[in-house]
Amino acid sequence: MCKKIIIIGGGIGGTIVANGLCNILGSEIAERKISISMLSATDKHFYQPGFFYLPFGKFRESNLYRNQKEVLDDRIDFKVDPVKKIDLQDQAITTESGRVHEYDYLVIATGSRIRPDLIPGMRESAHWFYDLDGARRLREALEDFKGGHVVINVNAPHKCPVAPVEVTFMIYSYLKERGLLENSEITYTYPIGRLHGIEPVSNWLEPEFESLGIRSETFFNAKEIVPSKRIIETEEGTSLPYDLLITIPPHSGAQLIEDSNLGVGGWVPTDPQTLLLEGSNNVFVLGDTTNIPISKAGSTAHFEADVIIENLSALVTEGRWAKNYDGKVFCFIEAADEKATYISFNYENPPKVGAPNQMIHWAKIGYNQLYWLSIKGLL
Amino acid sequence: MTKRTKIDARGAHCPGPLMELIAGLRLVEKGDEIEILSNDKGSLKDIPVWVQKAGHALANIEELREYYSIVVEKVKT
Repeated sequence: MCKKIIIIGGGIGGTIVANGLCNILGSEIAERKISISMLSATDKHFYQPGFFYLPFGKFRESNLYRNQKEVLDDRIDFKVDPVKKIDLQDQAITTESGRVHEYDYLVIATGSRIRPDLIPGMRESAHWFYDLDGARRLREALEDFKGGHVVINVNAPHKCPVAPVEVTFMIYSYLKERGLLENSEITYTYPIGRLHGIEPVSNWLEPEFESLGIRSETFFNAKEIVPSKRIIETEEGTSLPYDLLITIPPHSGAQLIEDSNLGVGGWVPTDPQTLLLEGSNNVFVLGDTTNIPISKAGSTAHFEADVIIENLSALVTEGRWAKNYDGKVFCFIEAADEKATYISFNYENPPKVGAPNQMIHWAKIGYNQLYWLSIKGLL
Repeated sequence: MTKRTKIDARGAHCPGPLMELIAGLRLVEKGDEIEILSNDKGSLKDIPVWVQKAGHALANIEELREYYSIVVEKVKT
């Protein structure tokens, strides 16, 4: 009998799992012992880190995405049909079109979404770069900007933990290039009592920001944005005026997760080592979708996907478990003046930050193109 | 009745236990509690300081074997 594997979500995590399974299970797929399907809400695959470069004119829109079918192995049955409900009891999925798909193994990779609507005034008055429309609007706002107070306001939870740091450095370099630094001020705000959740990153940032004249405010959680006064009011009772507001909005998981009662906030309770949905032995979860307290980042999804590929292929062919996830994460960090650094860590080993240099910046620029090979399993 | 949600942030180098707590508080009702487990000694300092600044209440801190349990009550909506 053919075993059915269904992957929900065509982002980085779902795509790497789907292609990786095809690479390993080629003969079983040819003999119709295994089928692999993907259900997605969209026919496009976005390289999400590219959104961050777009407002600064450093990435072309046409390089931001590919058709999802082009990045998937031909053996995957790909359908654009958003999932409405996951029924764990009956091992079945219902889609928007009304179709019901039964599965033997399920991979949930539904990701996260920005929620500027959770903070009054944010949607109407703030800018962000976490989606295409937001990145385009920020590009226009930067083109019109003639100087003033730029605030980079970070809210929790959010994906890509180093993106706020990178955008702050990018703003600095952008204003410098346009000769606007002298009549501008940059303020970076962060929810906790230091500049970043990762202490070594925070320790690195303090002197970097100081040397560039970037101000910072900590213990800063936006409660409301008042567009008429151009002010951010905080949970902590303070307020901060702005001329240009760039926010990292709070994020939620997919609505589908909440509608299926799979996790509060859209985050699915997931075993940090096995990446199985808690209490399940045939439902895997990865990427931003999990409730595991690690970075919601593309590299997290990528390293988790590698583990799921090994385990799922071993389970369907040999009935054995292959290996556990060790919490591995790797993030490039773009700094000022075309330099970059990186952090790498896992559950046991905390990150360290090295001095930024040009070579790492160019490695990141190279990865921006290599991504399309990476998700096909060729790297 | 007070509802308590547990967040196991042991080994959470990024974004870290306090960021997990802030995110968790968004999802619970006023009067509910979050119990956060952390093996980062810094949590003993930075969580109480933030809780006081943000106007919530520290219900309990306990040192257990190789980790800490910190319970926070959501006081403000």
